[in-house]
Amino acid sequence: MSDLSAIDHGQEAGFGDYVQLLKPRVMSLVVFTAMVGLIVAPGHVHPFVAFTAILFIALGGGASGALNMWYDADIDRVMRRTQGRPIPAGRVTEGEALGLGLALSVLSCLMLGLATNWFAGAFLGFTIFFYVVIYTMWLKRSTPQNIVIGGAAGAFPPMIGWAAVTGGASVESLLMFLLIFMWTPPHFWSLALFMKDDYSRAGVPMLTVTHGRRAARRHILAYTLLLAPFPLALALSSIGGPVTLAASVVLNLIFILGAVRIVRRDEASAEADGYKAEKAFFRFSLAYLFLHFSALLVEAGLAPFGLGGW
Amino acid sequence: MALRQEHEIYNRRLGRNLGLGLVLLAFVALIFGLTVVKISHLEEGKLPSAEASQ
Repeated sequence: MSDLSAIDHGQEAGFGDYVQLLKPRVMSLVVFTAMVGLIVAPGHVHPFVAFTAILFIALGGGASGALNMWYDADIDRVMRRTQGRPIPAGRVTEGEALGLGLALSVLSCLMLGLATNWFAGAFLGFTIFFYVVIYTMWLKRSTPQNIVIGGAAGAFPPMIGWAAVTGGASVESLLMFLLIFMWTPPHFWSLALFMKDDYSRAGVPMLTVTHGRRAARRHILAYTLLLAPFPLALALSSIGGPVTLAASVVLNLIFILGAVRIVRRDEASAEADGYKAEKAFFRFSLAYLFLHFSALLVEAGLAPFGLGGW
Repeated sequence: MALRQEHEIYNRRLGRNLGLGLVLLAFVALIFGLTVVKISHLEEGKLPSAEASQ
């Protein structure tokens, strides 16, 4: 491309646009939960190896984000929330996103395998496959349960962190997975309740669109109730302790109360106050997950002093 | 006024190239650090079986 044509084009990507392709905000959740999985796992890894592992788990998550943006570019162009992303905005081409996503996927799995063990590397590869192929390409556009099953991809990072240290899986790592897995549906459905027309305009079969908003409210409560036993079991497991148990009881009570408030409201009252309860529930859901994993960190941090844990 | 007014796109390209350069440097440093850690662990007695049997 000559300089002139580049200037005419005027939409050349900056470095930040490529960073944007990796969905840095989603990455922060991946980094945090993978780090907790790695720290609470029994055994020892050199801090530099641990740092490398978290970095490449995050990069793998970023790579799947880029592949998601490549495949979903048509949806992103329609939805208001995503119109500013690099591909719909015309700063990065779909091919570039695909190339970056594929290259970073291979690199992150190889590097995680080399730095820690091949089980962890393969697990990361499976997670990327699950998010991109099973969720993005298949379920997201075909079933209103897309969020439920797709949530598994976001729930794998603590298991990968655990696998990086132990080379395997266990009841504890599975419980961390189940905590995020069961938390994802109420989290996203509450978002779908107040992001109204976006999903329907894009033709994504969100529960709020296919089964109605009343059903979505009931589903939020059902999943919030189904979720509660898993963090409580996690608190009673070998990586939990009194701090986690106390935190979990309080957090689950608040979460369930929030879900009850949502199910009791109808659309008219929700619209009247600008979806206040739904927005509050969504914000609290972020704190819910963050505080559960923080409690596990506290238990691990107290262990050297003879405190924390059971 | 300068004779040659630089187009904004050159700044963006510079930023992109610098960013990529820094990422590559960081990657080199990471591989180096990882190598040092792995080799020093080997020296601590965790020799691979082939070497240990010699």
